[in-house]
Amino acid sequence: MQGALGPVPLAVPSAAGDAAEMVLAVRDLSVTFATEGGPLVAVREVSFDLRAGETLALVGESGSGKSVTSLAIMRLTPSAPRVKLGGSVQFADSSGRTRDLLALDADAMRAVRGNEISMIFQEPMTSLNPVHRIGNQIAEAITYHQRIGARAALARAAELLDQVGIPDARRRLSAYPHQLSGGMRQRVMIAMALACNPRVLIADEPTTALDVTVQAQILELLKELQQATGMAVIFVTHNLGVVAEIADRVMVMYAGAIVERGGVVPVMTRPLMPYTQGLLHSVPRLDPDALGHEPLEAIPGTVPNALLPPPGCAFAPRCRHVEPACEAALPILEDAGDGHQVRCRRWRAIDAVRR
Amino acid sequence: MSAAALAQPAVAAKTGNRAWRRFCRHRLALFGVAAIALLVLASIVGPSLIPFDSLKIDIRHRFAPPPSNGHLFGTDPLGRDLLVRLLTAGRISLSIGFAAMIVSTAFGTLIGVAAGYYGGAIRVTLMRFVDAMLCFPQIFLLLVLAAFIQPNAVTLTLIIAASSWMEVARVVEGQVRSLRERDFILAAEMLGASGRYVMFRELLPNAIGPIIVAATLTVARAILLEAYVSFLGYGIQPPMASWGNMLNNAQQYLGSAPWLAIFPGLMITLAVSSFNFVGDGLRDALDARFDLQ
Repeated sequence: MQGALGPVPLAVPSAAGDAAEMVLAVRDLSVTFATEGGPLVAVREVSFDLRAGETLALVGESGSGKSVTSLAIMRLTPSAPRVKLGGSVQFADSSGRTRDLLALDADAMRAVRGNEISMIFQEPMTSLNPVHRIGNQIAEAITYHQRIGARAALARAAELLDQVGIPDARRRLSAYPHQLSGGMRQRVMIAMALACNPRVLIADEPTTALDVTVQAQILELLKELQQATGMAVIFVTHNLGVVAEIADRVMVMYAGAIVERGGVVPVMTRPLMPYTQGLLHSVPRLDPDALGHEPLEAIPGTVPNALLPPPGCAFAPRCRHVEPACEAALPILEDAGDGHQVRCRRWRAIDAVRR
Repeated sequence: MSAAALAQPAVAAKTGNRAWRRFCRHRLALFGVAAIALLVLASIVGPSLIPFDSLKIDIRHRFAPPPSNGHLFGTDPLGRDLLVRLLTAGRISLSIGFAAMIVSTAFGTLIGVAAGYYGGAIRVTLMRFVDAMLCFPQIFLLLVLAAFIQPNAVTLTLIIAASSWMEVARVVEGQVRSLRERDFILAAEMLGASGRYVMFRELLPNAIGPIIVAATLTVARAILLEAYVSFLGYGIQPPMASWGNMLNNAQQYLGSAPWLAIFPGLMITLAVSSFNFVGDGLRDALDARFDLQ
């Protein structure tokens, strides 16, 4: 399979610059679920780097493997034998050690979770335990990793709530989750995730369940917190508007594999993979140019059955640029210059048409 | 938990209030609470207020029908005061009921949480064991165990607990299994919580409603089981009184001295139905809280 994919260039220039310290190096990460219908490859040989302070957006539609990738980094996929993780996730922790997260034992991994790498989820309404006060929930997130008294932990929880922009933080400590709005709960989740100053924050569609004004506030908050702490952010989303707003680099996933990646500007302005183009075209526009034009474009067809992936390019059945060779073998991730990489054998032709 | 140090906002108490108000609307449950309180209180202080000893034999006043000579509930075939015997028996029967509830709830919860949390082979093993235990007719299981073990209050409690923890285990396992898939459990694991922590601090408090309901119903059943076993002569041994063995003694005088059977029977009925009413009331009060979420 490695042969089919070809060598994956490891050094990807990042917007944060080469000077920034590398915190995460994912190599050939594969996630295979054992299902009744046979092995289901949810993520196939994904490789990427993440540097301190940068934001990497992971884009794709439902079932593209973006959430599974982020859960696999945290080792929070359902435990074996139902799932098999392959490849390696080299993580440089705050003490300077670099370890493979996939090789850590359960206790060592627990010490990493929430402490060095943290995560926020899509659904703030259900991500907090309904029976505990939020102050205690945040305080506990601290006490998992630090020897600290209950009183000091609560004081720190109040500080964190203040930091994530919850007014009257001290009083809010004793609130229960059901007393908070969705935006507030997501702020509490962020406070919990940041309780131990993680080096990497994985945000799995953190704004999807929120209304648009609150979305903007949360994105703003994440940006501010990132600037203040210098953490790296992996932002999982299917919302390209959000990507343009906060990402330094973009990685587009389709059917479990990376199909295009690069800096946010090249990928968004000059998408080479037909799938990325389709995604961009299907974003509704409100500007006058778009009004009165033909209806919103949709990508025809559906995501291939992950149990029976096509032998060639996974997007070929839905692609309008398809040629017979596309369906024969999986294309490799080719360099298109500027750190822009694309998994499409026809990208040159597609690019030429545009010009 | 230093949450107590913080001011409790008025809003936070509301969910609790709502459940409480729902419970108060349940008339039978309130009756149950009152009856249980009365039974417990009477059993604790009653025997010391009545001027008769529960074991003192008074041959001259055998079979005194109620109410006579200060014997409010009459006397038994050995002339012992029936009321004081009922109340001392209440001490035994209620204590066994509560103690068996605590032991079986604790054990059942432990099994249920472990099975629900770990899943896989552990779940299958534990829950099939629960199913196997449930397959035995409870009363025979109880009698077989009682036949091998010297019966006294402690062993009887353990025997009853050993035959009634399965319901709790099932309830808890079901709860935990569904709660386990909730986002906040993933969130806790994501933040680095250990398995034990997730089980007992995150999962268990969310399952507490059904556990309380099951525990209340277990008290009722434990009292009934104790009565069965003692009635059949395998439980609390005379001269010590329990509601069950009082019934046993009464059966040969059913025609001549019916009060000997009626009063212990009423006590058992009152205690068991009261606990069942309270259990129903709690179920109504607590279940709706989950709908609110």
